[in-house]
Formats: sequence, structure tokens, C-alpha cells
Amino acid sequence: MAKVLMKGNEAIAEAAIQAGCRYFFGYPITPQNEIPAYMAKMLPKVGGCFIQAESEISAINMVYGAAGAGARVMTSSSSPGISLKQEGISYIVGAELPCLIVNIVRGGPGLGGIQPAQSDYFQAVKGGGHGDYHMVVLAPASIQEMVDLVMDGFDIADRYRNPVMVLGDGMLGQMMEPVEFKERDIVLPEKPWATTGNKDGEPRRIINSLFIDAQALEDHVHKLYRKYDEMKKNETRVECYNCENAEIIIVAYGTTARIAKNVIQMAAKEGINLGLIRPITLWPFPDDTIDRWAEADHTKAFLTLEMSMGQMVEDVRLSVNGKKPVYFYGRTGGMVPTPRAVLEEIKKIREVM
Amino acid sequence: MTKVFERPKALTDKPFHYCPGCTHGIIHCLVAEVIDELGIREKTIGVAPVGCAVFAYEYFNCDMHEAAHGRAPAVATGIKRVHPDNVVFTYQGDGDLASIGIAEIVHAANRGEKITTIFVNNAIYGMTGGQMAPTSLLGQVTTTSPYGRNPDTEGHPIRVSEMLATVEGAAFIERVSVHDIKNINKAKRAIKKAFQVQLEGKGFAMVEVLSTCPTNWGMTPVESLKWIEENMIPYYPLGIKKEVD
Ligand SMILES: Cc1ncc(C[n+]2csc(CCOP(=O)(O)OP(=O)(O)O)c2C)c(N)n1
Ligand code: SF4
Ligand SMILES: [Mg+2]
Repeated sequence: MAKVLMKGNEAIAEAAIQAGCRYFFGYPITPQNEIPAYMAKMLPKVGGCFIQAESEISAINMVYGAAGAGARVMTSSSSPGISLKQEGISYIVGAELPCLIVNIVRGGPGLGGIQPAQSDYFQAVKGGGHGDYHMVVLAPASIQEMVDLVMDGFDIADRYRNPVMVLGDGMLGQMMEPVEFKERDIVLPEKPWATTGNKDGEPRRIINSLFIDAQALEDHVHKLYRKYDEMKKNETRVECYNCENAEIIIVAYGTTARIAKNVIQMAAKEGINLGLIRPITLWPFPDDTIDRWAEADHTKAFLTLEMSMGQMVEDVRLSVNGKKPVYFYGRTGGMVPTPRAVLEEIKKIREVM
Repeated sequence: MTKVFERPKALTDKPFHYCPGCTHGIIHCLVAEVIDELGIREKTIGVAPVGCAVFAYEYFNCDMHEAAHGRAPAVATGIKRVHPDNVVFTYQGDGDLASIGIAEIVHAANRGEKITTIFVNNAIYGMTGGQMAPTSLLGQVTTTSPYGRNPDTEGHPIRVSEMLATVEGAAFIERVSVHDIKNINKAKRAIKKAFQVQLEGKGFAMVEVLSTCPTNWGMTPVESLKWIEENMIPYYPLGIKKEVD
């Protein structure tokens, strides 16, 4: 299929529709408003259903109902709205239902701002809602990747009966790039567990996350964690760029990974050899890959680059496990690091190395 | 021998966990009998609340979905939009529906969601041990209104049925009680109507059922039934609040 020029948010919505998503429940919030607007326009044309819910709480609970009923379903929001969805996300995980949740992150805390940020990393990968749980968190760095990951995200959600989050930011949501919607065979899996009405003689379907008996709940959580082990084994994705012979490796995802690639080019002109490890899944985190590059003799240090005060850097430190120093550079509140400032930071590190 | 009573097919054989004299059980039976009489068990999907009826999914013998506290109308919306030909109902207490879930119920009603809500008003939070509900009566003593509900500081009890009757999307709203046989029969007719309204695709339907909580009211079952009649009904008048042809 030919490439089309599309805004990130609209590309997400179109990708979801092409992936067979027919149900969208959301609530307006900048900078993701193009997603619900696109869905409101397009879903009725393909026999789907769009509802602008009364709140993000209701929206995620509509998702909970529709997912339990067997639908391919999604919601999207931005940071303050994602905070409100946490209760529902926890229930969806507990009840083992698939769905896609998009967070086009803006600066926080509180009402924060509407400019791009990466300060919801902790919330996305460390839980966010209550209880022992994880979800696969996908972090695209281009509109094309956003499209591909949205489509993959629905399949991953179905495979594990667990929600999947796409973590973008206001920059990725708002910018335009050419994208290709690759032809895919959409195979929606059988969902014998879904509420469709209980035929005489067949077992009832109960969508539930309540286990009043402590042993039963522990068993249930252990079952969830066996799924998380499978996810770690099968779903971890990472891009390594120019890491061979790099003296310093930048670790960055999404928008900051794009900036890092500019930095790498600028540095090369000055004879400084830098690499990039770009986690594509923030959970499961590519700790093995980072560990491998930490072992390499040429790697002298890591620099984690984020649009936050330093959240992913904690996971980078855990992965490097003291083998090499891990530095951090970040801007927050909607400020975007400039390649020049990052390069200055690299030079400072080289002085103390 | 002719059987005069048997367990409705829409109830499982699981014994209720409700306290002695609690009318949640009666209301479950009425809903199940209606589902049987309308012959809709196989296409009914129920949404259970958080409250004493949290285990409703173990009792109603149909596909069930356990919602978060107050969110049943949103969950039911999701289900109904996916399966418009199924029958979807929520069963909710007064803390669940009138407090934490007030936004969800108002907007489900306003969208005219074709769902049926059974709203069990016992003027208290039963499950958590007898705290004040938005429906607790003035002067009512609860663990969180130990000096009696004071309108200056706790506000007045909310009349949910009257409020929802003002909402365009609501097609049928009735308040009933289960404090005696005559009223139990009326309650059943109302519940049946509320399911029929959904089957006819008319819009949102709700039956508010005045119910007892002997345990947290600190009364015997018989005193509780009397308390409904003497204290709740004067403030919460029974009857149809809205009916759209
Ligand atoms: C988010 C959340 N807040 C609070 C609770 C605790 N809680 C459980 S049941 C309940 C009140 C239920 O009262 P009501 O809806 O009136 O039902 P009843 O038990 O009286 O039938 C509360 C506050 C909860 N489970 N979830
Ligand atoms: S606590 Fe009250 S509402 Fe709950 S089961 Fe007991 S009597 Fe019924
Ligand atoms: Mg109550």
C-alpha cells in the first residue's frame, strides 16, 4: 500500500480500525483529541461504536464491559485521564481481559501542561493501579512504528488476555509523517470466556477479579505472573543503533530516542563514538540487551535521556547493575532536550571518564 | 403433588450469604423469576456491584460481570453496545449507585442505554459495616453519622428515582418496596416492566427497591420491615416516576 502523510494521533486511530477494533470509549483531553475525533467519524462507517463517556473512569469501565463481552476495544487519553483510568486498568488485568490503552503523555504532576513529556513512565511500567500486575507497554518512536505497534498491541493483548499500553507523547501524537498501513490478515481469536449469554447446558461465563479467599487470590496472581514470564520471554523488543564500538551508549525511548540519533550524528562529526539502546517495550524491559552492552569493553558509560526527572534511568541502573556508570540527562514539564545540550552532557561525562 | 414453589432457573443453587431478614434475597428471587417468565435467561448478562450483592454473580444463573464500585452502568454500557440483542441488567446498592457511581447512572440513563437497573436502597452501606449512605434518612444514626444525619453538614437524602425521572433518556422509573407480600408482588411487576422496556428497546429502565439492613440498622427483621413502612416510604414515595409509551 502507498504511503500517506498522517498526524500521529490519527494514524493510531486508523491503525486500530484496520486492526479490527470496533469499539472506542474515551473522554476529551489534549494532546490526544484527534484519536476520539477520528473514531467518532470513522467507527460508525464500519459498523463500530464510539462513545464519549462522562469521564475517563466511565470510559475505561465501558472498555472493561466490552472486553468482557468479547470485543476488540480500546481507549485513549493523556496523563491526568490515564490517572483516572487506573482503577479500571487494575480490574481489567485482574479479570484477564484484552484491550488497548493509549497514553499520549503530557507534563505533570497535577494538571501539569499540554506539552510532550515522558513523566508517566513509572505509572505505565510499575503498576499505576493497585495490586500485583504488569502490562506490555509499547513505546513507538515514529508514526510508522505507532501504526505497527498499535496493530501488534491488539494481538499481544489477545494472546495473553491482558491490557497493552501504547505510550506516546504529545510530540508523536501531533507530528505528521508518511506512513504505510501494511496489509495484514486480521484473525480475531475465539473468546469462549466472553459474556454472550449462557446457553442451556453450557458453563456460565463470569468476568471477575474478586477472590475473597487469600489462597485463591495468591494462586490467581501466580497465574498472572506466569503470563508475565511468558511476555518477558516473547515480547521484549529493543533497537540497538551504532552500539558496536560506542564509548557511551544513550538509552532513550520514543521522542528522546529520535533526539539521541541526532546527537549520535553530531558527535560522530567530532569524532565521538556514541550508540543508542532504544527500548521498544518499556515493560518487559530489555534488561538483557543493556546488560550485554554493559559487559562490552568499549562501553565506558551510559546516559539515560528522558523528558522527565529520571524514571527509566532506574531500570537502566538495575540492568547495568554497577558494571558501568549510568548518567542521566532530562528536561521535564513539556521541555524537550536539544541535541546540542545532550552533546554537551556527553562531553562532560567524557571529561570525568 | 403440585409444586407451589421452586427455585427459579435464573438462580443457581448456591445458598445466599445475606444476613437473616435481609431483603436482598427476596429481590434476587424477583429478578430471577422475571427472567424466567420472560424466557430470557440464555440471553441475559448481569452486572454485579460492589456492596453486599458483590457475589450476585454466584447467584444469578446467567453470564455475569463483576464491576468496580459504582461502575456497573458503564460496564453494562460496554456489554450492551457489543451485544445489542442481549438483555443486560445491573444490580446496585445505594452507596454504589447514588454515591460513588452517581455519574455513571445519570449518564447511562441520559444516553438512554437499553439496560435495566435494579437499585437496592437500604439507606446504608451494608457491606462495609453500616456507614452513612447518600440515601440515609435525616437523623439516622450510622457509624459515620453517630449523632444522626444532620442536613446542615451531611445534606439531605437523595431521591434518585425522582432525579432520574427528569432525564430524557430514562424510559421507565419506578420505586417499590418489599416490606410485605402486596408490595413484593408490585415490586415484581415493576421489575418485569423494567425488563420489558429494555426488550422493546425503549431506553433506560430502573426500579428502586426499598430494602432492609437489619444488621446495620440494629433491628430485628420484623422491626426493619416496619421501619421501611414508617420511615422510608414517607420520604421515598412509592410509584411510577416516569413511563414512556
Ligand atoms: C473504590 C472503592 N471504594 C470503597 C469500597 C468499599 N466498599 C465496599 S461496599 C461499599 C458500600 C456498599 O454499600 P451499598 O452500595 O449501599 O450496598 P449494600 O452493601 O448496602 O447493599 C464500600 C464503600 C470499594 N470496594 N471500592
Ligand atoms: S449487612 Fe445489611 S444489606 Fe448486607 S446482607 Fe446483612 S442485612 Fe443485608
Ligand atoms: Mg446500601
